[in-house]
Amino acid sequence: MNRYIRPGRLAVHIALILYTIIAIGPILLIVLNAFKTRRAIFADPLGFPDARTFTTIGFDQVFAKSDFGLYFINSLTITVVSLGLIVLIGAMAAWALTEYRFRGNTLISLYLAIGIMVPIRLGSVSILRMMVELNLVNTLTALILVYVAQGLPLAVLILSEFIQQIPKDLRDAARCDGVSEYRIFGSIILPLIRPAIATVAVFTMVPIWNDLWFPLILSPGDGKQTVTLGVQQFIGQYVTDWNAVLASLTLAIAPILVLYLLFSRYLVRGLTAGAVK
Amino acid sequence: MSTTSFETTAPLVAAPARSRLPLHIVVFLAPALLIYSIFSIYPLVDTIRLSFYAGDQTGAQHFAGLDNFRMLLSDPTWSGQFWNALRNNLFFFGVHMVVQNGIGLGLAMLLSLPRLTGGSVYRTLIFLPTMLSVVIIGFVWQLMLNPLWGIAPSLLKAVGLGSFFGPWLGQESTALITISLISVWQFVGIPMMLIYAALINIPDDLLDAATVDGAGPFSVFWFVRLPLILPTLGVVSILTFVANFNAFDLIYAVKGALAGPNFSTDILGTFFYRTFFGYQLQVGSPTMGATVATAMLIVILIGVLIYLFGIQRRLQRHTF
Repeated sequence: MNRYIRPGRLAVHIALILYTIIAIGPILLIVLNAFKTRRAIFADPLGFPDARTFTTIGFDQVFAKSDFGLYFINSLTITVVSLGLIVLIGAMAAWALTEYRFRGNTLISLYLAIGIMVPIRLGSVSILRMMVELNLVNTLTALILVYVAQGLPLAVLILSEFIQQIPKDLRDAARCDGVSEYRIFGSIILPLIRPAIATVAVFTMVPIWNDLWFPLILSPGDGKQTVTLGVQQFIGQYVTDWNAVLASLTLAIAPILVLYLLFSRYLVRGLTAGAVK
Repeated sequence: MSTTSFETTAPLVAAPARSRLPLHIVVFLAPALLIYSIFSIYPLVDTIRLSFYAGDQTGAQHFAGLDNFRMLLSDPTWSGQFWNALRNNLFFFGVHMVVQNGIGLGLAMLLSLPRLTGGSVYRTLIFLPTMLSVVIIGFVWQLMLNPLWGIAPSLLKAVGLGSFFGPWLGQESTALITISLISVWQFVGIPMMLIYAALINIPDDLLDAATVDGAGPFSVFWFVRLPLILPTLGVVSILTFVANFNAFDLIYAVKGALAGPNFSTDILGTFFYRTFFGYQLQVGSPTMGATVATAMLIVILIGVLIYLFGIQRRLQRHTF
C-alpha cells in the first residue's frame, strides 16, 4: 500500500526488532545448539546445524538417563486436571456470586480476593504437614489440590465478569419454562463460557506447568516429578554434558513454544482484556 | 478450619427454605469454598499460628509467643541472613520497577503507535519468554553467560564491549544484579501487555484534541497519556511487588538454595526454603520456617496496603 516509510517509523521498527532479537535470541540459540555436535556447539555457537554437525545424541541421552516421557505425562495430567477443576468449580462459584443476591455475597467475594493477593506458597509449612497427614506426599493429587486452591480466586473473578455479560433473557426464559437452576447452569451457562476458558488458562495453566516450588516440596521423587522439576534435577546431575543439557532444555521449551504460537492470539487477547480491570 | 464455608452452609442445609439461602446456591459455592479454605486459607492461618510456637529436639511444639520473631530480627544467627535477604529482595524489586517496567512502558508506547505494521508479531515474540518456566530461563542464561561457551563474550566483542565481560553470575558484586536482569528479561512482557492494553483504550479524540491544541508528541505523552495510564502503572507495580517478594525459582535454579556466592543473591524466598527444609549444615525448622513465611506475609501485606490506601485511591481521580 504505502511504500513511503517515514524515518521515524523506521527507527521504531529497528528498536522493536532489536528488542525482539534480545527476547527470543537466547531461546533460539539453545534450541539450535541442541541439535549440534559438541564440537560445533563450541566452535560455532551461532551457526545453524548442517549435515556435518547435526546430531540428536543429546536427546538420546535425556531419554536414556531420565524418565522424561513420564515427567511430561505427570505435568500434563496435573495441568489439565487442575485447569478442568478450576474452570468447573470456579464457574459454579462465579455463577452463584453473580446470579443470586444473598446475604454474605460480598463477604465471600472479599474472602476469595485474599487468595489473589496473598501467595499460597507462604502456607507451605502447613500444606506439607497436612499432605503428610493425608498421606498424599509424592502424589499428583497433592499438587492438583494445591493448584486448584491457588487458581480458583482469580478464575472466579475472571469468570464472574464474563458471566455478567451473558444476556439475562436466556436464563429468564429457561426459568419461565420451569428448568431447574442446575440445568440452567449446566446446559446454558457452561457452554457459553467456553471463550473465557482461554483467559482462565493464561492465568492458571502456565504458572502450574512452570511451577518449581510445590513439586520440589510435595512430590520431589518416586517418578512423580513434573517436567520443570525433572529438568532441574537432570541438569543438576549432568551439568557437564552439554548435549544432554541443551536437549533437556529444548524438550522443556518445545511444548510450551508450540502451544503458545498456536494459541498466542487468544492468550494475548485474554491477557489484555482480563487484566486491565 | 473452613469457618466461612460452614457459616454459610450450616443454616442452609438445616432450612432449605426459599427465605434463607436456597440449596442450589450452597451446592454451587461449596466446592470452591471448601477447596480454597482447606488448601489455601487454612494453611496460611495455620502458618501464622505456627510462627508463635517453638519446636525442640523431640519434635514437640510449645507456645513461644513472639520469641521466634525476636530471634529472626535480632539473634545474630538469624537476623544477619534475614536482613540480608530483605535488602537483596528490595534491590531485586527496585531493578524490576525501574528496568522491567521502564522497558515495558517504552515497548508499549512503541507498539501502541497508530497503524504499526507487524505489531502483533512483535507482541507475541516479546511476550514469549514470559510463558516459559523460570527454571528453564535460569538455565538458558546460565549457559549464555558461561565463559566456557563464550557466547556472551563473543557477542560483546562484536559490539566493541569485549573487555566489559566477566563471570557476572559468579562474582559477589555482580551476581544479584545479573539475576535481577535475567528476571527482568523474562517478565518484561507483562508490564508491556498491561500498559499496551491501557494505552489503546485511550480514546483517540483526547489525543487528537491535544495535538490540535498544539501539544507535541512529548507533551501528549506527559500530560495526556501518562496520567491516563497511571492506574495501570499502579496495578503493574503491585503485581511486580507481590511477584518479587515471592520469587524463588530463578535463584534456586541458578544458584541453589544457598544463593551464593556468599548469600549475595539470597532473597526472602530462598531464605524461607533454607529455613524450612534446611540445607547442608543447617537443620530445617518448621516453626522458624513459619516465622519467615509470616514475616514475608507481613512485608507483602504492607506493600498491598500502601498500594490500596496510598496509591490506588489517589489514582482513581484521574480515570474517566
